[in-house]
Amino acid sequence: MSREKILAAVAANQPASQPLPPDPGMNFPAGDLVEKFAAVVTAIGARVVGIGSVAEIPARIAELFQGGRIVSFIPELAEIAENDISPATDPHTLENVDVTILQPHFAVAENGACWITEDLMGHRVLPFITQHLAMVVTAEQIVPTMHQAYDRIAEGAYGFAAFIAGPSKTADIEQSLVLGAHGPRSMTIFLVGL
Amino acid sequence: MNGELVLMNNERRTMDNQAKNVNLGDSKKMTVGLFIPCYVDQFYPNAGIATLQLLEKLGVDVHYPAGQTCCGQPMANSGFEHLTHGCNDLFIKNFSGYDYIVAPSGSCVLHVKDHLHSGQEEDKALSVRGKIYELIEFLTDVLKVENLEARFPHKVGLHQSCHGQRGLKLSQMTELVAPGFSKPGYLLNMVKDLELVPLDRMDECCGFGGTFCVAEEAVSVKMGKDRVEDHLKHGAEFITAADMSCLMHMEGILRRKKSGVKVMHIAEILNAG
Amino acid sequence: MMERTHKDHAQLSDVFNEDEPRVNWHDETLWWVRQKRDRAAHGIPEFELLRETASQIKNNVLSNLSDYLVQFEANALANGIIVHWAANAAEHNRIVHSILEKHDVKRIVKSKSMLTEECHLNEYLGGQGISVVDSDLGELIVQLAKEPPSHIVLPCIHKKKEEIGEIFHRHLGTEKGMSDPQVLTETARQHLRETFLTRRIALTGVNFAIAETGEFVVCTNEGNADMGAHLSDVHIASMGIEKLIPKRKHLGVFLRLLTRSATGQPVTTYSSHFKTPRKGQEMHIILVDNGRSAQLGRKEFRNSLKCIRCGACMNTCPVYRRSGGHSYHNAIAGPIGAILAPNLDMKEYADLPFASTLCGSCSNVCPVKIDIHDQLYKWRQVIVQEGYAATVKSVSMKAMAFTLSSPALYRFAGKSGRLFLKYAPFAVSNQMNPWYKQREMPEPPAESFGEWYKKNRN
Repeated sequence: MSREKILAAVAANQPASQPLPPDPGMNFPAGDLVEKFAAVVTAIGARVVGIGSVAEIPARIAELFQGGRIVSFIPELAEIAENDISPATDPHTLENVDVTILQPHFAVAENGACWITEDLMGHRVLPFITQHLAMVVTAEQIVPTMHQAYDRIAEGAYGFAAFIAGPSKTADIEQSLVLGAHGPRSMTIFLVGL
Repeated sequence: MNGELVLMNNERRTMDNQAKNVNLGDSKKMTVGLFIPCYVDQFYPNAGIATLQLLEKLGVDVHYPAGQTCCGQPMANSGFEHLTHGCNDLFIKNFSGYDYIVAPSGSCVLHVKDHLHSGQEEDKALSVRGKIYELIEFLTDVLKVENLEARFPHKVGLHQSCHGQRGLKLSQMTELVAPGFSKPGYLLNMVKDLELVPLDRMDECCGFGGTFCVAEEAVSVKMGKDRVEDHLKHGAEFITAADMSCLMHMEGILRRKKSGVKVMHIAEILNAG
Repeated sequence: MMERTHKDHAQLSDVFNEDEPRVNWHDETLWWVRQKRDRAAHGIPEFELLRETASQIKNNVLSNLSDYLVQFEANALANGIIVHWAANAAEHNRIVHSILEKHDVKRIVKSKSMLTEECHLNEYLGGQGISVVDSDLGELIVQLAKEPPSHIVLPCIHKKKEEIGEIFHRHLGTEKGMSDPQVLTETARQHLRETFLTRRIALTGVNFAIAETGEFVVCTNEGNADMGAHLSDVHIASMGIEKLIPKRKHLGVFLRLLTRSATGQPVTTYSSHFKTPRKGQEMHIILVDNGRSAQLGRKEFRNSLKCIRCGACMNTCPVYRRSGGHSYHNAIAGPIGAILAPNLDMKEYADLPFASTLCGSCSNVCPVKIDIHDQLYKWRQVIVQEGYAATVKSVSMKAMAFTLSSPALYRFAGKSGRLFLKYAPFAVSNQMNPWYKQREMPEPPAESFGEWYKKNRN
């Protein structure tokens, strides 16, 4: 059995146990988290749209996108979006979704990432297969760094979860940045209260 | 805690230096053994002479043990460290009697510092490793030179030789997120009428690399050409460094392209005027 | 002794350097990535503390790896993941194939996995009649070009857009002469969307696996790993056993470092945490050793297993930038490849540790502080002692010639010092002399320092 063979070889060859270091636990240099978050989000190829409340989103969606198939689980968007996507949905039926608007748990100022777990995605593939993705973030939801992010995630239960930072992108051809590789072509952050 | 670890690593040398300086007191009474690396001895005696004269000017009691040869680095870097025992023993014999050992080559000093061993006298080997200094760091850290009577009215490009810079930490490295400093830059700034030119790549390797210069000829030469070009582009009349081997390589390239730009060991500039 | 059938690093670099403008372009492209890395790192005042912390976490991992593997396995099983163990590349490939056979699948889609490159999975599956489509854009390009990746993060960084345009014209039907990255990327998007939608099995790599939770994290910018995995009935994830980290919170440290070091981005677009299979989906993890447990036993070299595959050492390496990834003739190129490869086959890769000036820049950018250049030096000692230097003709013979001409060995032989000139590599003015080919020799002075000293100071 390779399992036993590998484990025996590893056990025989690993050095004496070395302790884990203390957590870095540093704070993000003081500054406005919202401002930092908005700046980073823009730098990574997404756009920030300030809104007073979630109720404004349907109107902004109409302005920003060309319609098509829109998916969201936000109650205020029920008029414009379908919301009956679930883990039981055949993912292949989502291939023609144009716009998806989701609410992540929180976002990270230092890298513009939004943390979203499976239960907020409808189906795992939705945030990836949709042509355009939008996330609704409030100022209080922004944490400084990934350390605080994992403090918040803690022992949280999920089957699948992701940090999503900006639109899908590639620079594989001569380091030229192209947005919209395989996932969403654009990422919009609706920043509530900006 | 982690921070301390990082610092300890980077500042080990400085702390060594301070401790030793305190113990030794008056720097004029110390004895210094001068190690002139083989290729400097053979090809660039002026760099050796300038080193000697500079130390003498600063009141240091310098001796050049006649029986010296090589630090053993050419062999060791080629994978033949096991053939350097003879070299090592000779080095210990020549130099262990001095308070300090100084050499105008970061590369050779780093090699001795990291790899000098002895079958019979490991304590002596360790002691040699602890007291060998590259010329620049000896000037800034042990002698704590604050001014120099030198004049060199030229535009100079400073090449940061890797072993001196990344090995001996003569200058801050661009890779690290840490405060900048440059010991050779500090000294060159004391030289009257000298203008240091900026470079696009402050600390890229020149491609000499010991036997690399012949074993990987194509890449070595290309690296050298690129490095030289950076200095030329910024108007350097002289390229200087704390390591003559890098300069020998760049000189070979400059002369092949019939450039009028010269190389000069930093000791010659600090001793000029 | 059997000679190697292919060229060594020095010979391959000679070929690469025949086109100097192209070398300049390659060097500058990768230097640009290094500069992006610097800007990202300098934006984090505590960056060096992060590196030190990451390094210590990895020390802890390597020193407790057997326990962490067992812990990870138990948690992954509890999460409903099927766990496999592969002692070597062949076993890994067989396991993948057996899963495909079980599901009667002949076509799969794969996101980036350097481990599968190391195992030559595509070739193996090809031989079994299985078609594999690489979905990372760079990997797709080199796959269509029938070449291996030349860089672990930027697989086709050696290719110019015009060449990629030609490949796309031939394989994907783009207009001849079209080389706009925007258009080429859009073409790949359309082409691969079809692939993602029709493949029942997707294979991904693994960036980090968490012992305490049994989950694993895959980082991409393109979203290709997620498109493959979430549309498939079966997700196979291949990982080297060294990819483990103890706790979920440690991702905070590693994800802050990984992409900043790799491309200068603050984080990859997607950091996907896979903990359980989707309802109705099958999820497999293959834990691969393939020499890692042996490397763990090499005291001087075990730290190489801390590598998180960011590629920073390649981008900063002045040799890599001027010799190209293929000159390393190994799945993993550059400085890190040069310290990993000899463990797998010392004879085959005896040349790689010599493909360096030991400048040390690699160790300085390494986010987990692997002492890469010190290990290059140490591998040289091992390779010479084990007698493998002799198989690397152009390196060792020239090196030996130089070594034997060193004044130390030479003076031990009792000759006079001036003869050094005759034997030094730069002392012979002919085209056979690798020094003289493109460089002038130093001009021998009238007297040596030693001679001057004797006259002037004694």
